[in-house]
Amino acid sequence: MSDYLFLIPLFPLIGFITNGLLIGRLPKPVISFVGCSTVFLSFALSVMVFFELKAMPAGLRVIEQVLFTWIPSGSFHVNIGLLLDPLSAVMILVVSGVGFLIHVYSVGYMHNDPGYGRYFTYLNLFTFAMLTLVLADNFLLMFVGWEGVGLCSYLLIGFWFEKKSASDAGKKAFIVNRIGDFGFLLGMFLVFWTVGSLDFLTVSEKAPEVFTYGGALITTTCILLFVGAVGKSAQIPLYVWLPDAMEGPTPVSALIHAATMVTAGVYMVARTNALFILTPDALLVVAIIGVVTAFFAATIGLAQNDIKRVLAYSTVSQLGYMFLACGVASFAAGIFHLMTHAFFKALLFLGAGSVIHAMSDEQDMRNMGGLKKYLPITFSTMFIATLAIAGIPPLSGFFSKDEILWKSFSSDFGHPLFWILGFVTAGLTAFYMFRLVFMTFYGKERMDDKTRTHIHESPKTMTIPLIILAVFSVIGGFVGIPHIFGVTNQFEHWLEPVMATSAGAAESHVLAAGGGDTGMEWTLMLLSVVLVAVSIYFAHLLYKKRTELATSLRERFSGLHRTLLNKYYVDEFYGAVVVRPVVYLSLFLWKVFDVVVIDGFLNGLASRYHEVSEFLRFGQTGRVRTYATVFIFGVVLVVAYMLMD
Amino acid sequence: MDITSATIDLSIIYPELALLVASFVIFVMPFFRGPTRFAPFIAFAGLLAAAIFAAGQWGSQQSGFFGMVSCDNFGVAFKHIFILTSAIALFMGYRYLVVKGINRPEYYGLLLIATVGMMVMANSTDLVVIFLGLEVMSVPLYIMAGMARRSLESNEAGIKYFIMGAFASAFLLMGIAFVFGAAGTTDLRRIVADFNFIMSNAQPFMLTGVGLLVVGFGFKIAAVPFHSWVPDVYQGAPTPVTAFFSVGPKAAGFAALLRVFAFGFADVTIMVTVFQMLAILTMTVGNIFALRQNNVKRLLAYSSIAHAGYVLVAVVAGGSEGLAAAVFYLVAYALFNLGGFAVVVLMETRSGCKSDFSELAGLARVHPYLSAILALFMFALAGFPPTVGFFGKFYIFAAAVKAGYIPLAVVGVMNSFLSVYYYLRVVKTSYFDETDKEFAPVKYTPAVVLVLTVTVIGTLGLGLFPQQLVEFSRAALFAFL
Repeated sequence: MSDYLFLIPLFPLIGFITNGLLIGRLPKPVISFVGCSTVFLSFALSVMVFFELKAMPAGLRVIEQVLFTWIPSGSFHVNIGLLLDPLSAVMILVVSGVGFLIHVYSVGYMHNDPGYGRYFTYLNLFTFAMLTLVLADNFLLMFVGWEGVGLCSYLLIGFWFEKKSASDAGKKAFIVNRIGDFGFLLGMFLVFWTVGSLDFLTVSEKAPEVFTYGGALITTTCILLFVGAVGKSAQIPLYVWLPDAMEGPTPVSALIHAATMVTAGVYMVARTNALFILTPDALLVVAIIGVVTAFFAATIGLAQNDIKRVLAYSTVSQLGYMFLACGVASFAAGIFHLMTHAFFKALLFLGAGSVIHAMSDEQDMRNMGGLKKYLPITFSTMFIATLAIAGIPPLSGFFSKDEILWKSFSSDFGHPLFWILGFVTAGLTAFYMFRLVFMTFYGKERMDDKTRTHIHESPKTMTIPLIILAVFSVIGGFVGIPHIFGVTNQFEHWLEPVMATSAGAAESHVLAAGGGDTGMEWTLMLLSVVLVAVSIYFAHLLYKKRTELATSLRERFSGLHRTLLNKYYVDEFYGAVVVRPVVYLSLFLWKVFDVVVIDGFLNGLASRYHEVSEFLRFGQTGRVRTYATVFIFGVVLVVAYMLMD
Repeated sequence: MDITSATIDLSIIYPELALLVASFVIFVMPFFRGPTRFAPFIAFAGLLAAAIFAAGQWGSQQSGFFGMVSCDNFGVAFKHIFILTSAIALFMGYRYLVVKGINRPEYYGLLLIATVGMMVMANSTDLVVIFLGLEVMSVPLYIMAGMARRSLESNEAGIKYFIMGAFASAFLLMGIAFVFGAAGTTDLRRIVADFNFIMSNAQPFMLTGVGLLVVGFGFKIAAVPFHSWVPDVYQGAPTPVTAFFSVGPKAAGFAALLRVFAFGFADVTIMVTVFQMLAILTMTVGNIFALRQNNVKRLLAYSSIAHAGYVLVAVVAGGSEGLAAAVFYLVAYALFNLGGFAVVVLMETRSGCKSDFSELAGLARVHPYLSAILALFMFALAGFPPTVGFFGKFYIFAAAVKAGYIPLAVVGVMNSFLSVYYYLRVVKTSYFDETDKEFAPVKYTPAVVLVLTVTVIGTLGLGLFPQQLVEFSRAALFAFL
């Protein structure tokens, strides 16, 4: 089956081409069929290659399929090649599986949209690009996918481009991501410059020999790569585009801005773990950025009223957790959380979409409330997802988050401070998520009567994906039950071969990660469960039982509340410190440098060219006689030159 | 040499023979009141047969007709280029000729004869045979240029091309005579073998001869200053003929030029300087003229001069990399230049249209696909990724830099920048210019759709994945140097 690996990204590409070329000419059922079935085929094939990979001995689970040489140019040689190993196998399953469910959900969600064909075209293109990204066997092809998903993200955020806020949000996402991409590119150049190859396997193999452990070169390379990851995965300081990206259709937020694309940064860091493991300094940067983002975004999430924005900040926060895991060299834990997060966060977004759908496009939670009885399936599935993200055992989020918290404490790259911040964030997460549930589904019905009469549970195409995702949100964590429960951590074990090189490299310098004592692990786990329970209790108290308490608290701490509501004024800060100077500089460059200097020079050059061509036209008389004269002139010149020597 | 006992192996000229047979059928058909409307089909059948034969010759290393014809990968590669060019000219010509009332079977017959001439040019190491091929190619071209008998411009083109062509042939022949005088042979292989001896005996004659050969081939590839005929001829000739001119004879000229100078006179070091001057002049003058054109056909005519300049840069770079880059570029150029001409042909088949810039305005609104295709070809001509035009230029300039001709590469890149201006003007006009005139819709025919499909797929496909073409151009040099 793995011979057909290339078909996994190819199927959605075929869907993209079919829907794209025949845009506006196909009936909706055909568009839906093409859009969904191609992704389903990818998923089916992904499952098959996964089992094929699983049947192989653990150490040999690497399938590299070089399709052909892409750029042959001297020493710079790049293949179009795919790499299937335990890491990319997990990713293709998540991308095509969750992607397929979201495609199906979109059939219901977008059914009235005039841009239906365009929507599925973009969505298929996205799936193609994302699968290319995760399957690429070299940096450059990964970068192609990386830019491809960025493009689709831009197109889909601005899907309703007639709305100014939507097209602005698209541009913001694109421009902010450029900064990250620039870092990624520079990092890639450095890798090529030092290692002489862009191939992942070659780079991983050669890295320990080429780089000195902890040297400036490897640290710079990794930090530049991480800058790319920060942009794509919306971490401090480049996270500002993600909340605005909620302008796109909700299934897009679920697919691109929660489950898949934004995790590309985490994937990239995990993919290049052999480099990161060589530089404790860069790892420290990754961990700090991750944990601070997790905490910071969670605090903003406390005060948002837009249901999608709460989820957006929650995504930023959860991505922070994943980077924290990577930063303490527990890449497997990061990928584990990536997977479980894909399940419950996609579910939360799709549930939010179902709510918005029912509420006639209302997104403000202050105008919701009491929806539980109207939307039973949406409510129960979203509730499960909330339990999962809050970290209630034994749901998936509990295992993955706890793994990260424990590793951030016990790993050799860990620190108790990391654990404390992560621990507090876990409490905040539980609080804002239950705040969302209580404000939306419980309490007084605060919507107007017209909206109320229209409230209805979503169609089956939307609820079935919700139910499936709910099941995975419950059981998804069982693959990674930690060893203290008396079993081996299957997930960590599965990813071991990919991360083995890093462990090997690390061993010579530090002790193997993941030691520590069992008693401590149990204590910390219990502590976090208790904290989560307390947080839920407070959310319950403030937003269900005694809502007047919330109001009075808000008044008492109005300064803090306003700061949180306005997201610490970071957008305003960037506007003043980055955007405005750039605009002024651009104005200067445009009005002065461009118009006067460049245009002046070029216009001068152009008029010189015109003068020259006027002059040359004398030779172009249309008379054969002149032509022959010019010709003879040339003959004399050539022959005379040859004989002069 | 005992002629009677030598066996003549016809198999190495099967492609040429296939084309000859097809063209003879086409020529005699009118005498027997044959159904002349089948002429294009017969011509295509001939090309197809030639292609099949030529494909069979790939990889073999044969020489026949007493060493006069040598059939190696290099020659066979060019055979493929010629067949492709003719086939495209054939497909894009049909409706145009019908619309303009000049659809005569002779067009197809002459096209095939000219192709035979090109093949002969590319498949010989003997100067006389090369000359013979050049004439076999040129005479049909003169007629084709003047084919629109009722058009004054077309007549003018035919006459001018003929006079200048005869003029250039005289120089070429004289060059061959000088070389023969100095070396006592016209066989390049023997000249290579005895090179030092010849040079020590008769250097001035030899160099004069070589110089005149440059002139002769320079004419065919339209290198400046042997280019003056190009604008008039290209403009006057029927557009499909112009398309053919801009690619076929040029490629044939380069094939012969590479044979003669990269193989035969590779040791005449002074040639590098001459070609360097020619390259700079050709690129620059071609581009500067193109800047001012207000007609797409003329623009493509001038830009084709500039493109010959880029290939000359590859010739200067030399070595296996430079020559591979030259072959790569000629294939790439054939694809996107013919594609661009196919769009022009489509535009001109609308009544009363002459493919002036002003007539392009509004194209994007009425024909979004066609204007996208036109834009693609313009980007390819300008050398943008992800088209094959980018890789073509990239390999040429990379080869030049690697061979140490950095100033030449800089001039080439600057020229390429300059060309962006006028290519993008075409794109700009078709997308952004407003017009109050109704845009007369274009009529697609299967033949033109086929041409566009092939050229678009080639331009874009090889631009994304150039590997196949790189390998092809490297293999073309097998046993050549």
